[in-house]
Amino acid sequence: MNNGALVRLIDVHKVYHTGEMEVPAVRGVSLEIKRGEFVALMGASGSGKSTLMNIIGCLDRPTSGHYFLDDADVSGLDRDQLADIRNRKIGFVFQNFNLLPRTSARENAELPLIYSAQGLSNAQLRERADRVLDSVGLAGREDHHPSQLSGGQQQRVAIARALINEPEMLLADEPTGNLDSRTSVEIMGIFQQLNERGITIVMVTHEQDIAAYARRNVIMRDGVILEGHAVSKRSNAAAQLQHGTAQRPDAQQTHMTM
Amino acid sequence: MRIAPTFNVALRALRRNKMRSVLTALGIIIGVAAFIAMVGVGHGAKARVEAQIASLGQNIILVFSGSTTTSGIRTGWHGAGTLTIEDAQAIRREVPGVIALSEEVESTTQVAAGNQNWFTRIYGESADYFDIRQWPLADGAPFTPQDVRSANKVCVIGRTTASQIYGNDDVVGQILRIKNVPFVITGVLTPKGLSTHGVDQDDIVIMPYTSAMKRVIGGYRLRNMNVQVGNANDLSGAQQQIIQLLRQRHNIRAGQDDDFTVRNQQEIVDAATATSRVMTLLLGAVAGVSLIVGGIGIMNIMLVSVTERTREIGVRLAVGAHARDILMQFLIEAVSLSSIGGMLGIILGVGASQFLAWKFQWPTLVSIGSIAIAFLFSAAVGVFFGFYPARKAAQLDPIEALRYE
Repeated sequence: MNNGALVRLIDVHKVYHTGEMEVPAVRGVSLEIKRGEFVALMGASGSGKSTLMNIIGCLDRPTSGHYFLDDADVSGLDRDQLADIRNRKIGFVFQNFNLLPRTSARENAELPLIYSAQGLSNAQLRERADRVLDSVGLAGREDHHPSQLSGGQQQRVAIARALINEPEMLLADEPTGNLDSRTSVEIMGIFQQLNERGITIVMVTHEQDIAAYARRNVIMRDGVILEGHAVSKRSNAAAQLQHGTAQRPDAQQTHMTM
Repeated sequence: MRIAPTFNVALRALRRNKMRSVLTALGIIIGVAAFIAMVGVGHGAKARVEAQIASLGQNIILVFSGSTTTSGIRTGWHGAGTLTIEDAQAIRREVPGVIALSEEVESTTQVAAGNQNWFTRIYGESADYFDIRQWPLADGAPFTPQDVRSANKVCVIGRTTASQIYGNDDVVGQILRIKNVPFVITGVLTPKGLSTHGVDQDDIVIMPYTSAMKRVIGGYRLRNMNVQVGNANDLSGAQQQIIQLLRQRHNIRAGQDDDFTVRNQQEIVDAATATSRVMTLLLGAVAGVSLIVGGIGIMNIMLVSVTERTREIGVRLAVGAHARDILMQFLIEAVSLSSIGGMLGIILGVGASQFLAWKFQWPTLVSIGSIAIAFLFSAAVGVFFGFYPARKAAQLDPIEALRYE
């Protein structure tokens, strides 16, 4: 049954209505993302990459066109059905982490399980949260609140939260936007590790050097895909961290607009 | 399904904002406490009035001489003496169900013994009186039907009168001079204390009505009669028959007003408790209003909380919460606030009633009913005022909520 495509977008349009005006944000995108891919979705602000990301993340529905996630058409599902799909198949990582304040790392990580249909006991929740926090290098900080953690650690908690329900796909929206360069490389290291283990990752970024950690870059402009290409000189976060070269190669490039 | 974890989430949120939760609940706490204390005081007052009237005796019909208008039941009771001893005998004879009757006359006068004297109330009654009023003697014996027939110079006195004249001395067998007529004291009544009107019920001398009419007060008319019926079901029937009998005996034609007044005990209870019932309602209503104000406080804080936690709601929706989960979360928060407030209010209200009762010697009655009403009402306030903020939260769009600054 499965031809290997986890995400299949077919001529997807998204139009926003602001008063009388119709604002097209995505104007006919067809895209296929295979299982195990690591795609960086790039583009300037207003290029429609965030809208596309929301559609891929089942947070939004296309105005027209079709979206097959895991070979199931999800373009016509209602709010609660989409919520269930997000819960089972997708993990989210945000630029500003979006952790619950004054709530321990463990409780933050547990959050998706509360809304899953699995009916786990408190002990099971705790055990799974601790395991996934350990896997992102936060063993021993389970009881820390976000305010007691550094930005990088907070993003790790967010990644743990995204992973706890063992999703098919990790969606990251500017995951390094609020982090310094060394921490950014660390987070990319985690992403590359997860990708090696088979998790599909789709990451929105406007930073070339961050996109270089992905396997494929897809560039958008004005609501359409401008080009897509495999990354030729792929950065290896683990190697950079090991050799102490975890600095961004060119500061000029960091905020370059596409 | 997901109710248990949602409960946890809601309670955690309340704990995270302890001060705010307590202040919000305070409105409900005060409302419920006020409701319970006020209704308790009202019920207590009513119960006290009822107890006083019950002390008149059981299944009593009071027949007063003199007519009354429909609006002023007290006018004319002590007026023209229209009841006679023959009327009383006729009632005894002809009205079925009557088991006891006491003819009553009353006066106030000076009584004396040795070098002491005292101004007190004199009641003339039949020997049935002590049974009808369920008023046993503390010492000695009541006067007998024979004493009544012979208009003997005997009397029974109340505790206050006894101590005013004789101090702590034994009074049974002593001579009491009433209008210079020497009466033998046969017994002392058990103390009853103050009536609802503040009259000392123990400041009294009771003697056969025949003796009172002949030797103390004079005249041949009765002030009133205390009639006792054997069975509560016969009460209104007996009342009607007494009215018919007296109208007949007094030659009152159809269409003319009675020259006497007949009241049964229930009517007296109703009249006396009507005021306290209105008071209870009024106090309860005021407390109810404060509960609603407390509810508005909850709604206000819940709206603030929803706005403040927009991003949190966005995250929850993004990781798979249904709209219903968010609705339940905020609804449970609101209901927890109001019902925990309700429970604390109940404790405070019961405490306040006890304090009032102790401080002012005021009877208070906290009923299970008023506690249940207060609790259910406070929970309902939570649902009612929590629903709008909760629905607002549940209807948020996850994308916009996540982007909210």
